[in-house]
Amino acid sequence: MPDQVPAVRLSSITKRFPGVVANRDIDLVIARGEVHALCGENGAGKSTLMKILYGMQRPDEGEIEIDGQKVSFRSPADAIARGIGMVHQHFKLADNLTVLENVILGAEPTRLGRIDFAAARARIREMSQAYGLRVDPDVLVERLGVGDRQRVEILKVLYRGAKILILDEPTAVLVPQEVEELFANLRELRAEGLTVLFISHKLDEVLSVADTISVIRRGTTVATGLPASGVTAPQLAELMVGSELPTPELRESTVTDEVQLEVAGLTVRTAEGRAVVDEVSLRIRRGEIVGLAGVEGNGQGELIEALMGIRPADSGTIVYGGEDVTGWPTRRRREAGIGYIPEDRHRQGLILEGTLWENRMLGHQTRRPNSRGPWIDKRGARRDTTRIVREYDVRTPGIDVPAAALSGGNQQKLIVGREMSGEPRLLIAAHPTRGIDVGAQAAIWDYLRSARAAGLAVLLISADLEELIGMSDTLHVILRGRLVAQVDPGTVTPEELGSAMTGAGRAGDAG
Amino acid sequence: MSDPTTPAGEPGKSPESLGGPPAGTEDVPSWKAVLQGLGPRALALKVGAPVLALLISLLITVGLLRITGADPVSSIQSMIDYGTTPNSVVDILNRATRYYLSAVAVAIGFRMALLNIGVDGQYRMAAMLSASLGGALTLPAPFGQLLTIVAAMLVGGLWAAIAGVLKVTRGVSEVLSTIMLNAIATGLIAYLLNDKRLAEVRPGSNNVATPKIPESGRVGPLNGFLASIGIDLPGQVYGLLPLAIVVGIVFWVVINRTRFGFDLKVSGLSPTAAQASGVSAARMIVITMVASGAVAGLIGMPELLGASYEYSLNFPAGLGFTGITVALLGRNHPVGIALAALLFAFLDQTSDVLQEVDVPKEIVGVMQGVVVLTVVIVYELVRRWEIRLQQRAVASELATGHDLARETS
Repeated sequence: MPDQVPAVRLSSITKRFPGVVANRDIDLVIARGEVHALCGENGAGKSTLMKILYGMQRPDEGEIEIDGQKVSFRSPADAIARGIGMVHQHFKLADNLTVLENVILGAEPTRLGRIDFAAARARIREMSQAYGLRVDPDVLVERLGVGDRQRVEILKVLYRGAKILILDEPTAVLVPQEVEELFANLRELRAEGLTVLFISHKLDEVLSVADTISVIRRGTTVATGLPASGVTAPQLAELMVGSELPTPELRESTVTDEVQLEVAGLTVRTAEGRAVVDEVSLRIRRGEIVGLAGVEGNGQGELIEALMGIRPADSGTIVYGGEDVTGWPTRRRREAGIGYIPEDRHRQGLILEGTLWENRMLGHQTRRPNSRGPWIDKRGARRDTTRIVREYDVRTPGIDVPAAALSGGNQQKLIVGREMSGEPRLLIAAHPTRGIDVGAQAAIWDYLRSARAAGLAVLLISADLEELIGMSDTLHVILRGRLVAQVDPGTVTPEELGSAMTGAGRAGDAG
Repeated sequence: MSDPTTPAGEPGKSPESLGGPPAGTEDVPSWKAVLQGLGPRALALKVGAPVLALLISLLITVGLLRITGADPVSSIQSMIDYGTTPNSVVDILNRATRYYLSAVAVAIGFRMALLNIGVDGQYRMAAMLSASLGGALTLPAPFGQLLTIVAAMLVGGLWAAIAGVLKVTRGVSEVLSTIMLNAIATGLIAYLLNDKRLAEVRPGSNNVATPKIPESGRVGPLNGFLASIGIDLPGQVYGLLPLAIVVGIVFWVVINRTRFGFDLKVSGLSPTAAQASGVSAARMIVITMVASGAVAGLIGMPELLGASYEYSLNFPAGLGFTGITVALLGRNHPVGIALAALLFAFLDQTSDVLQEVDVPKEIVGVMQGVVVLTVVIVYELVRRWEIRLQQRAVASELATGHDLARETS
């Protein structure tokens, strides 16, 4: 049972980055011996908060108390010394070492100056027994599956004496059976008196494993210490998304009869032959926004990369404006007027080291005003960058600063402005408003609405269900690479959509 | 078929990339920034950083000389005295020409984070084969010279293309393949440079060489031209020294003014963004390797057509490796490389004189290493500092209302 002194108490934590406030006045109390879930949308500030608790970032304001004592962490080593351990979303294991070697790496027990493998092995066996984390210490990590690797990560943290475990989106990489096993492990850890802080945006998981739930939205806590038994998924969703925000909505329909994009039977396989996009067929007409709802990692990323020609399609056809473009390289598709707002702007959308005008050219470097023949038209590119900065309200003192100097929202506005340039006929927009402030979000919705009115066909992918419902003329649900349902954005609720996305509820067949 | 553009591991999103802080310096790893010659942007820093670095390395050198028991002032003085004699100036210019071409060849690859370690093998293959071609034919000028040069570029380009194609189709690291191709080139040249095959024995020595290039196929020294503009130098200044200047200018124009140069730069900075923008990584890798190899082919030309007229066992070797250091020191910039090539040539040329003041000549190698390290480190530190400064400046300029989006046009 949780006792009186909380394991962790965060008070008024504020963290600013240039141009953005990542965390604002966060208050959080985590009792000892509970599984506490921290939920929030992507970009709500969960990761920053966890980095602060783990000593990777220092808060600008506020206090951290561990077991009732005020602490100030300068590095993760300080946090580890106070019994905090973190299991990262992306594993940090050496494949060519055994489980045992990975666990003790950097904390090797020594005896007469040599590593005492026997003692380490005994200790790991004992720990795996006590916490129900079954892993053979002598097997090579490269032979382990994802679920086992995660257990090794947990063992690593426990081995260093962690009493408080932070798990950052631990289920993102697991299949459902593995999720169940993980949850069983977490319950055992709790039974042994450990405290678990579980970060997730998947509500069903949060409700099934957590004792207590806190919700973070736009950098601040909007609810703390909710008992898991007392809330429902829709209530949580509302807390996560909020309601006082500008609402995405479309006015009258501008959908025409002219089909801009027709995808038929599109299949994309992984190197191992598993279909990540499975027989997807959809149609986007001019003036239409087609939304694609799905839990992250269900093939959305692969689908849009196949549409852009970044990833080859294994079968199926993509017909764009009446032409079969299935075999076209990315550049030709872009030149034909397909705009692309990538999911991850830092990886695919920008050259962070490049100036704004160089970034204006990116993806449009073969076309005017950026180039003439084989030559770059620096003046044309610069002039047009200034236009984008003004029209799209990109907050910057000039166009010669590197893109890295801009805040996320302004980077995104630059990308949106760039992709709306050159009269695109199809826009593939993945998470166009993710991680950006409210004002920029409303502005981007406006641009999408007016481009739609001008006849642009849009494929919209988003994790923000309200955005999807409000901005789509047609809404598909994708699950494990398949389009499993088409719902009417006019009548569907976020809850219904959410259950369709997980494949749990009845597949909406309205519309 | 492996995809050379996908980095190892899951192409997942870094958690930082979502809505967190604006990305800072972490996004281009230092080694990459160093290779690609990224540096500060502001002119004052661009000039100030290398000056600072050179001062630091001078201090370290002075310390080193003192440790070896030499008098630093008199050692450096004697190096300068010797290095400025007319004979040395000619040798320095000629050395610098070779270093320059070699460094540009390396820099082309560096631009997209492609490490062409095989410049050495590429230029030796090119020099050897074009020398035997030039020696076998007698053509009226300028056709003989042009033929030799074009043949050298072709050989260099093709030899480098092997590494490019292997990387694109089989995912073989260009570092490994070019190192091995160097070894293969050494073996091939040893096999071909034989009196039963492409070479002949020079009477009175145990040297073997390709047949001499006829008079009409040679490039005369530059001394006459230099004298006509008032610079009188003894010996022979390479007649192809201007070729190095032209290569430098073309390099600059292609990198800064063409779409190809833009694609190259983007590919180096962010392969994922390049791919999304429509750049074909495979194509870029092969083209870049070929271009790098073609320039590598030119390295031996000033010597071959202007001084030795043959490829023999005495032909200058190891220039490809010097090129790597010179390119690093010159920060991949045509002018920077020129200064770096001159500095290296000066140090190499004057190393012999150190023995006269009882300093081992190998100390020059240490000096070169010190210079490269300090320049690389100082540049990278200044670059990071500048980015941080800019982020702060952007935030504060916006806070004070200086906002381009809000200005009336």
